[in-house]
Amino acid sequence: MSGSGSITTAGGGGGGGGPSLMDSLFQRTLDDLIKGIRIHTPGSAQSTFISKSLDEIRREIKSTDLQTKSIAIQKLTYLHSLHGFDMSWAAFHAVELTSSPSFIHKKSGYLAASLSFRPTTEVLLLLTNQLRKDLSSANQHEVSLALECLSVICNQDFARDLTPDIFTLLGSSKSFIRKKSIACLLMFFGQYPDAVRVCFKRLVENLEAADNGQTLSATVGVFCELASKEPRSYLPLAPEFYRILVDSRNNWVLIKVLKIFGKLAKLEPRLAKKVVEPICDHMKRSEAKSLVFECVRTIVSSFYEYEFAVKLAVAKIREFLLHSDLNLKYLGLQGLLLVAPNHLWAVIENKDVVIKSLSDVDRNIKLEALRLVMSMVCDDNVVEICRVLVGYALKSDPEFCNEILTSMLSTCSKNTYEIVVDFDWYVSLLGEMARIPNCRNGEEIEYQLIDIGMRVKDVRPELVRVGRDLLIDPALLGNPFIHRILSAAAWVSGEYVRFSKNPFEIMEALLQPRTNLLPPSIRAVYIHSAFKVLSFCLHSFLLPNRTANSLSKFVDMEPDFTYSDSEREFSETSGLRPHQEFNPRDESETNADNATNSSSSLKKDAFTRESVVNLLTLVLTSSSPLAGSHDVEIQERGRNLLGLAHLAQQEISCHDDKSKEKMVDRDDLKTSIIIRLIDDALSEDFGPVSSSAQERVSIPDGLLLEENLSKLDVICADVQLPKTKSFSLIRPGFLPTDGDSVSSRQNEESETSAAESTSLLSEHRKRHGLFYLPSDDNKKKASRGFPPANDPNKKGKDVEDLVKLTDESLVLKKKSNAARPRPVVVKLDEGERVPVAVKKTQSNDDLISGAVRDVLLGNESNQSGKQPSSGRRKGKAPSKVDLGSESKNNNMEESFEVGNSSKRRSKHRTHGKDKKHPSPPVNDENGETNKQKSGSRHGRHKARQRAEDGGLNVDVQKPVIPDFLL
Amino acid sequence: MGIRFVLMVNKQGQTRLAQYYEYLTLEERRALEGEIVRKCLARNEQQCSFVEHRTYKIVYRRYASLFFLVGVDNEENELAILEFIHLLVETMDRHFGNVCELDIMFHLEKAHFMLEEMVMNGCIVETSKANILAPIQLMDKAS
Repeated sequence: MSGSGSITTAGGGGGGGGPSLMDSLFQRTLDDLIKGIRIHTPGSAQSTFISKSLDEIRREIKSTDLQTKSIAIQKLTYLHSLHGFDMSWAAFHAVELTSSPSFIHKKSGYLAASLSFRPTTEVLLLLTNQLRKDLSSANQHEVSLALECLSVICNQDFARDLTPDIFTLLGSSKSFIRKKSIACLLMFFGQYPDAVRVCFKRLVENLEAADNGQTLSATVGVFCELASKEPRSYLPLAPEFYRILVDSRNNWVLIKVLKIFGKLAKLEPRLAKKVVEPICDHMKRSEAKSLVFECVRTIVSSFYEYEFAVKLAVAKIREFLLHSDLNLKYLGLQGLLLVAPNHLWAVIENKDVVIKSLSDVDRNIKLEALRLVMSMVCDDNVVEICRVLVGYALKSDPEFCNEILTSMLSTCSKNTYEIVVDFDWYVSLLGEMARIPNCRNGEEIEYQLIDIGMRVKDVRPELVRVGRDLLIDPALLGNPFIHRILSAAAWVSGEYVRFSKNPFEIMEALLQPRTNLLPPSIRAVYIHSAFKVLSFCLHSFLLPNRTANSLSKFVDMEPDFTYSDSEREFSETSGLRPHQEFNPRDESETNADNATNSSSSLKKDAFTRESVVNLLTLVLTSSSPLAGSHDVEIQERGRNLLGLAHLAQQEISCHDDKSKEKMVDRDDLKTSIIIRLIDDALSEDFGPVSSSAQERVSIPDGLLLEENLSKLDVICADVQLPKTKSFSLIRPGFLPTDGDSVSSRQNEESETSAAESTSLLSEHRKRHGLFYLPSDDNKKKASRGFPPANDPNKKGKDVEDLVKLTDESLVLKKKSNAARPRPVVVKLDEGERVPVAVKKTQSNDDLISGAVRDVLLGNESNQSGKQPSSGRRKGKAPSKVDLGSESKNNNMEESFEVGNSSKRRSKHRTHGKDKKHPSPPVNDENGETNKQKSGSRHGRHKARQRAEDGGLNVDVQKPVIPDFLL
Repeated sequence: MGIRFVLMVNKQGQTRLAQYYEYLTLEERRALEGEIVRKCLARNEQQCSFVEHRTYKIVYRRYASLFFLVGVDNEENELAILEFIHLLVETMDRHFGNVCELDIMFHLEKAHFMLEEMVMNGCIVETSKANILAPIQLMDKAS
């Protein structure tokens, strides 16, 4: 062949471009190439050598001499598979070589093909004829080459075209060929499910030919793969697998069979009863650790209801755990992890080993141990376990330390902090975690601190204490990994400042100079929190009576959580409610008996004129520079803070001169009025938002959410929505996609910026009215694009629903919680989690299993004619085959019933081996088979005699009552 | 599909044999090999032979200067794969006589041939050394 390929040779000074005799004579062999690569130092010298060699190969590969071509391909294959050079351009030459009469050349061609071809290789189909030719070759090694190549590169076309050939090979008398065609079959099934109809029966026959160890391994391997995708179809073959399980002495085969049973037993409990004994036998008897471990794994994951088996398995696990071999130890831990969900006692029994493994040198072992420790956690021991783990985290390497922290955080927060009873403890644990030097879990801790603050009212005082401790430590500001935690601490301290023992201290912490180490977004949170603290202090100072009233509503200890609008209602109507239990700074005498307000008198004294004036001075001096910050967020919030401080300072300091009596009408001051307004705004309590809140807004008729999105790009291109949020109150993963609802929830935090964005929005609306819903009235939630989650002015229906829902879920909660004094944790609904996506099986798998069922249950009468081997009459053939496999072994029959007892019973023809429906054997041939095979039958089955009744029940209607295994 | 790839890597991290049973592009292969080699070669004798990586479980074993790394499904039996690696090494040993890295380098085709006899489509199909080596010996005789 003359080289007119797409590849142009590199100049070619000697040979004038084309391959020449010289090339063939002085061709570098593969060994030369390898040696050459080795003597050239890695780097430029080596790559020059390789590219020179590639040029040679390009020339040589076009040679008409197959020997030259073959060596060129060998060299190229070497460079491709070990040095990662592309060889797709040589695909055609590889195909050419496969047709060589020389085995060596053919082999090089096939190897190159199987290593380098991809599904998109263009010349792939050129190979079809050659493959067919080689598959039918008389030389078994040529057949084997073709099969091996096919098992790697097989695509749908190959599978369709070559199915008849592989079918023939499956019946080959040489087991060398048969095992390879069986292994290849899996590829065919995957690519071309119709191949199942043709070949499946032969595959089953190979399963039955248990005398041949060589093919059995391949066959069982194929079934193991098939069953792992869709086990149900293979239930009827359970008897065959059972026989192998009992008879086979090949550990490779046994391991695969165990895997198959692990799958099948989940579908058919009676099967489990049958096989659990032999599995235990293997576990006791076998010397091979791999087989023992497979038995253990099968028992604990699929047969965990059988106490004696699990006990045995756990004993084996213990042996593994105590073994000096690290691999066995690791597997022992894995085994324990599998036992844990159903038999926690096994883990607790081995607690010592598990805990010790936490400090193993091997990270993988440590991780397994950690998982096990977490599986032991329950509400009784969570405190103790976390204490131990924090100890380990402190002395571990950074990576493992964070693994520990991550798993603690996720375990404790599971199901809305289900296992946490003592939230004070948990919050201080979070604070402790933040101080671990290697902590990288800032984001999660931030989320949980705020989340707990919103959900659990009772824990807020402790939360503020933890927040304060974090804030006042200037050293923490230097660690960028915990800035997120500090952000949460600042937010908590601002939001719940009324529980603080010393707000002045918090103010100092929030405004300390080192805060300039924080990123602007977090600094903005600091400043806004300072604003809240200031407004709280002024409020307490100027309007002490009002404080008392408003406090009563914050610290309302009623167990049921209500939304702020309803809270406000009753706090307004009943200014002096009978159960004001917790008013730390209440000046009235009703709270004398309250234990938590030990500091109330101190608090009352704290808000002296002098302290407030000092506070104002502090605020003014430390936040003046903020007004000139480059970051708009900081600047804006800094100005808010300054504005309030200035206003207050003027009035309070001018008060200084006046007499004491005048102080009484503090209420009339301008500051007081503003403070009152601000306080009203700030006092709205944040509650958690259900992640499905957005979904509950019904989509108005006629709104097509998914259309016209392309036009939106045009609009969005010229509008940059301002990023107002410094941190989000919702976990990032739960954020609604539109982002609007987030900003709505934060409108208190940044009132001004919210106003800005609304003006922007209205401007936008004006320009692109087309894309907005008609905003005829404010009843329609969609008119603003989001439900007013916490808006007290609009008592929309959704809010009411939400409240109702909350109450409902809390009623449930109360019942279960009646016994223990766990604080209320606000849960919105059970549906907060993102729904688990329904697992979709691949269509190909469905097709395969469909075909398998058809074959096994004899629904493919029209297919049977195609098969050259079946000399039986059409239509009868399938049932005979089934019968053949059944009647060999009575044990098989029993399990076959098992198979049939599954859902398909009514749909398909059932095999009545039940003694209630005895029917005579259909023909003599069957009876003979029955007797012949019964000789080789395994003798340990009790229900043996029943085989003699074995026959084919053609009665479709009568459902079989499969009671053999019961 | 059981075994998903077999790698042989020397202790400098150079690949000496790579056989994949699922299609990956050259770039994906290179990235995967790099990650795995980095992960496994950093481990010492006091650590176990199993590493989880991406969706694979890597079972590896070191023989002199050569690491044998086998990527398997999560379902696969780790100990059986260790035995498989050992069988592979024994088979090579029987053929080459005290096999070393150079043998595999210079006889890559044969190494692939042995592997092909043992594993097809990710399933172990042959575990008898004599059977595995029979075709190779025939071929050697013929040439």
